[in-house]
Amino acid sequence: MSDPMRIRAVVKGEKVEVKILIAHAMETGQRKDAEGTVVPARYITKISASCNGREVLAADWGPSVSKNPYLSFRFKGGAKGDKLKITWTDTAGDSRSDEVSIA
Amino acid sequence: MTTCCARRGLGAVLAGGALLLTGLVQAEDSTQDAIAEYRAMFGDDNPAELWQARGEVLWRAPRGPKKVSLQACDLGLGAGVIDGAYAQLPRWFDDTGQVQDLESRLVSCVTTLQGIPREQFLKVKFGDGDQQSDLEALTAYVVAASRGKPIVLPLRHPAEQAAYALGKAVFRYRAGPHDFACATCHADAGKRIRLQELPQLTTAAGAREAYTHWPAYRISQGELRTMEWRLQDCFRQQRLPQLKFGSEVAIGLTMFLAKTAEGGTLAAPGIKR
Amino acid sequence: MFPGRRRLLIQLGRTGLAALTLASGLVPRLARAVEARPAFTAAGITDALKALGIANPAQSEAIHFRAPDIAENGAAVPVEVESALPGTREILLLVEKNPHVMSASFSFPDGTDAYVATRVKVAESSLIHAVIRTDAGAFYNAKLVKVTLGGCGG
Repeated sequence: MSDPMRIRAVVKGEKVEVKILIAHAMETGQRKDAEGTVVPARYITKISASCNGREVLAADWGPSVSKNPYLSFRFKGGAKGDKLKITWTDTAGDSRSDEVSIA
Repeated sequence: MTTCCARRGLGAVLAGGALLLTGLVQAEDSTQDAIAEYRAMFGDDNPAELWQARGEVLWRAPRGPKKVSLQACDLGLGAGVIDGAYAQLPRWFDDTGQVQDLESRLVSCVTTLQGIPREQFLKVKFGDGDQQSDLEALTAYVVAASRGKPIVLPLRHPAEQAAYALGKAVFRYRAGPHDFACATCHADAGKRIRLQELPQLTTAAGAREAYTHWPAYRISQGELRTMEWRLQDCFRQQRLPQLKFGSEVAIGLTMFLAKTAEGGTLAAPGIKR
Repeated sequence: MFPGRRRLLIQLGRTGLAALTLASGLVPRLARAVEARPAFTAAGITDALKALGIANPAQSEAIHFRAPDIAENGAAVPVEVESALPGTREILLLVEKNPHVMSASFSFPDGTDAYVATRVKVAESSLIHAVIRTDAGAFYNAKLVKVTLGGCGG
């Protein structure tokens, strides 16, 4: 059960500027816990962003994206009130979508 | 036994070595500039927000055997008032008869209002990977509500003054196998460990620089860390016995730092290495 | 036989599934199943580019790559890439000295700026490469990021 993403999507002139913070451990599979046991790899592999159902960004990630990842991008054709949806999928097969209205 | 702190050679005057030293100082300055650029690139996008959001949910949710939220929790400015509350902590509380910092006060509210046992709530004091700490989340949420506020600590109550005096004394108290005190690293200007500049916590400017940015998202930990965690970790690094959570020493040191930083503007939760 | 089994059971009690997978040797196989994308398992820049079907990208200053000269902590290094190259389709981030060289790839549909900002792990002082795929071929720019040691240890 993952925590919600923090998504800021703001109209700036002709474009929408998006800034996202995602709660995810992004474990590489190389870290050892306090007892010396290897913490298994678990990281986001796919990200997609869509505005009113139209894909505006797709990304493939590996374990060297930082923990609690940050992502920022900009796209045209979005207006205030439009729905921006961000979805991630990880190596454990978990997935999460969060949606905001563009401000 | 050498300490792990080094003093910058700004005051050294050596005829032959002057140029070399200038070069070293310039190199150090550009290193500090580069580190400043690293920090600036994080902007306002602080993973601490994830803890703040979780903290808000925890604050509002009816929890524990008594199934109530924390909205009646008095952090010193009245029941449920979180706006500016952190800026006036630590302080004396009549109901508990103690001077409390934010974290111990949250524990009081959680145990008294919600009926959650202290050991259960503090089972995960400081989160790690999948183990989330409710204390850290609540702390982040409450602290954020004091962002931009000046620290105000009138210390009217004698117990508050005593807490300050204790913190001040402990700050200088040398102990442990290395004979370290907080003062060993934090009482003078211009000290650093490797590339980390050490704030001089005995002056208002130095105390503000440090205190106004804690709690903070600690990049090296990948977690939000609180003031109690920071003090405990300092004790660990000095090889002192473990600092007890919510103890008079922990609260006294916090009071000493906060009072020395009084008037400074809170920017927490911050982001740290 | 029995002592080993007892140890396994004790470990299971303490650390659960992680210990079970380790003890039964499932981890190496799990690791391969976890990551099946060739570019993401590549050991070095050359292999990663080969897996991506990219040969000899040319350097281009039209790729604006911003990253700090010194990273206080390699766990999170902010990077920002903006490509002024026409027809930019993808931005790829590769960290030369990382065990997993390939960090991320971003695809931009029409209407989305060829711009991305994120934070990557940099294991040790290293060149970071921003490789751009355009309609006219692949280009790159690189930045050296030095990773410092912590102060008093964390």
